Amino acid sequence: MTTPLLSVENLSVSFDTPKGVVEAVRGISFEVGQERLGIVGESGSGKSQTGRAILGLTPGRVSADRIEFDGIDLRNAPARTMRNIRGRRISMIMQDPRYSLNPVMTVGWQIAEAYRVHTNANRREAKQRALEMLVTVRIREPEKVYGLYPHQVSGGMGQRVMIAMMLIPGPDLIIADEPTSALDVTVQLQVLAILDDMVRDRGMGLIFISHDLHLVSSFCDRILVMYGGQIMEVLDTGAMHRAEHPYTKGLLNCLPDLARRQETLPVLERDADWLLSRDGAP
Amino acid sequence: MAPNAGGVKTSSDAAEQDALPVPPSPVLARVAAIAKHASSILLTFIGLTAITFIIGRVMPADPVLAIVGDRASQDVYDAVRLQLGLDKPLIQQYLIYLSNIAQGDFGTSIMTTRPVLDDIIRFFPATLELATIATIFGVLLGIPMGVLAAVNQGRLIDHIIRIIGLFGYSVPIFWLGLVALLVFYAGLGWLPGPGRIEVYYDGIVETRSGIILLDSALQGEWEIFRNALAHLVLPAAMLATFALAYIARMTRSFMLDQLNQEYILTARVKGLSEGAVIWKHAFRNVLVQLITIIGLTYASLLEGSVLTETIFAWPGIGQYITTSLFNADMNAVIGGTVVVGFCFVGINVLSDILYRIVDPRAHD
Ligand SMILES: Nc1ncnc2c1ncn2[C@@H]1O[C@H](COP(=O)(O)OP(=O)(O)OP(=O)(O)O)[C@@H](O)[C@H]1O
Ligand SMILES: [Mg+2]
Repeated sequence: MTTPLLSVENLSVSFDTPKGVVEAVRGISFEVGQERLGIVGESGSGKSQTGRAILGLTPGRVSADRIEFDGIDLRNAPARTMRNIRGRRISMIMQDPRYSLNPVMTVGWQIAEAYRVHTNANRREAKQRALEMLVTVRIREPEKVYGLYPHQVSGGMGQRVMIAMMLIPGPDLIIADEPTSALDVTVQLQVLAILDDMVRDRGMGLIFISHDLHLVSSFCDRILVMYGGQIMEVLDTGAMHRAEHPYTKGLLNCLPDLARRQETLPVLERDADWLLSRDGAP
Repeated sequence: MAPNAGGVKTSSDAAEQDALPVPPSPVLARVAAIAKHASSILLTFIGLTAITFIIGRVMPADPVLAIVGDRASQDVYDAVRLQLGLDKPLIQQYLIYLSNIAQGDFGTSIMTTRPVLDDIIRFFPATLELATIATIFGVLLGIPMGVLAAVNQGRLIDHIIRIIGLFGYSVPIFWLGLVALLVFYAGLGWLPGPGRIEVYYDGIVETRSGIILLDSALQGEWEIFRNALAHLVLPAAMLATFALAYIARMTRSFMLDQLNQEYILTARVKGLSEGAVIWKHAFRNVLVQLITIIGLTYASLLEGSVLTETIFAWPGIGQYITTSLFNADMNAVIGGTVVVGFCFVGINVLSDILYRIVDPRAHD
């Protein structure tokens, strides 16, 4: 691993709800450099809250011994510092473009806005940059697409717009929170390929959140397996077969193997005892 | 199945590109939409005129008697009956009624002995003036209050704004009006009493629009303008309180709804300031929904706020219709009702058009 861009130590996120305190993330630690870090886990395991806590955008209560990005302590950073970091240094791609784009603004305007927030560019320059960015995410008629509203573009196109918008200020680290889960399978691969190229070309760090362990293992260098707000296991993608934790093994076995005939899929094993040991060892 | 880390070059980019929407002949779609719209407006008008026709011609036991009185001779009675066209079939009578309305002929008012249309032209601007100013204030104050409450949900300022809203919404307007008159006119003497203008200013400015503020300003009569404005303050404030309460409440709930949407998180991730997130991103979406609400508020104020107009002796359409009703002046009542109804429909059509312009999702 290269020198870490982001170091997180003992991060917790909790919510006060009428039914009591919900601990979404329970004391996790990890580092990310100029690499691809995958975070996998079932629904509700705290993946999204981890990403949002880094950007200071969770409504929950955050506590951590350290959240340090490029030497900046993000835990108690002033609002202004956080705004300069968001988009410009750390950005996030959300899951479903049908909800994550503003429905009453053209997609082009939204991309240009992401550029203008962090530069002194005037409208025309920003539009020019946005058009170039649309070409980069392999959209063919950028001028035409620029003027479309979110409801007029397909899911795959919407997610390319999202990528363009989040990469246009040139961030160092990008958090992709299930960027392809809302897309058709064929389109998923196109969007992943675009993201893949851009992360490589620009030498960015990537945190790739997904519930699909196989997808993540083909896309990332390292994987954090999360369960119940904790990290169960950290894997190098080259050594998936060496996974030890029963939860990880369970996730790996969940995919039907076409070569072998199976009447029933194994049920994912889950055990509350895993959450008792803080270091994540089974 | 999964792409390798070396990057998958996609071969089927073109297929996705072709997913660019091809709207099914926009012109045709638009024509169809307009036709649908127009037909619903037409239906509303037919319903409105049919109801007023029934109230005016069918319900009175004997409309002829109502006009000639019970001591008229049979000849006079028959002549009037013929003149009213009451010997013709109902449908034909209705069509005649429609064509009269189309020509602006609502008959003559018994009370004022003038054509009803002339009366309406005299009375309506007073209501228009009041309703417009009340709506403007309701919008200018209600929207920021609603946004402020939503942004500070659950905090003190939210509770304060909610209480103001509850007050404006639930306190009877006639009570509020009387108290306001008592305090500001009778007690403190800061503001003039009922009426649109001091009697000694009457008839000085030439009536053009019928809206005194506008007419006096155009003619440079600033003293009269100030006087009219002072008269307007209390009744407009009463109505504005109502408008403000409603608009603030709806703005708050629309805003809360929008702030929970995913695109708000996107806007924050981009590094936008909180002000830009709220006013640029969320509010644009709130505005789309608010257009209908503002239209409804304005229309309901234009219907004539009988209580406010009565308390403040405001010679508006609400007062005109009510007084006519008490005097069994059916032509006046029906004429007033039709005009108010047209206004109501007109404003709804207008807000609908505006909505279509503002909301890109309604374009196609
Ligand atoms: N605003 C909130 N109030 C209360 N609890 C919340 C809130 N947001 C998230 N949570 C809880 O935090 C936990 C973790 O949520 P998170 O969104 O991080 O899960 P996730 O791993 O991203 O799941 P998914 O795969 O479904 O996206 C969940 O149990 C969720 O119920
Ligand atoms: Mg999630």
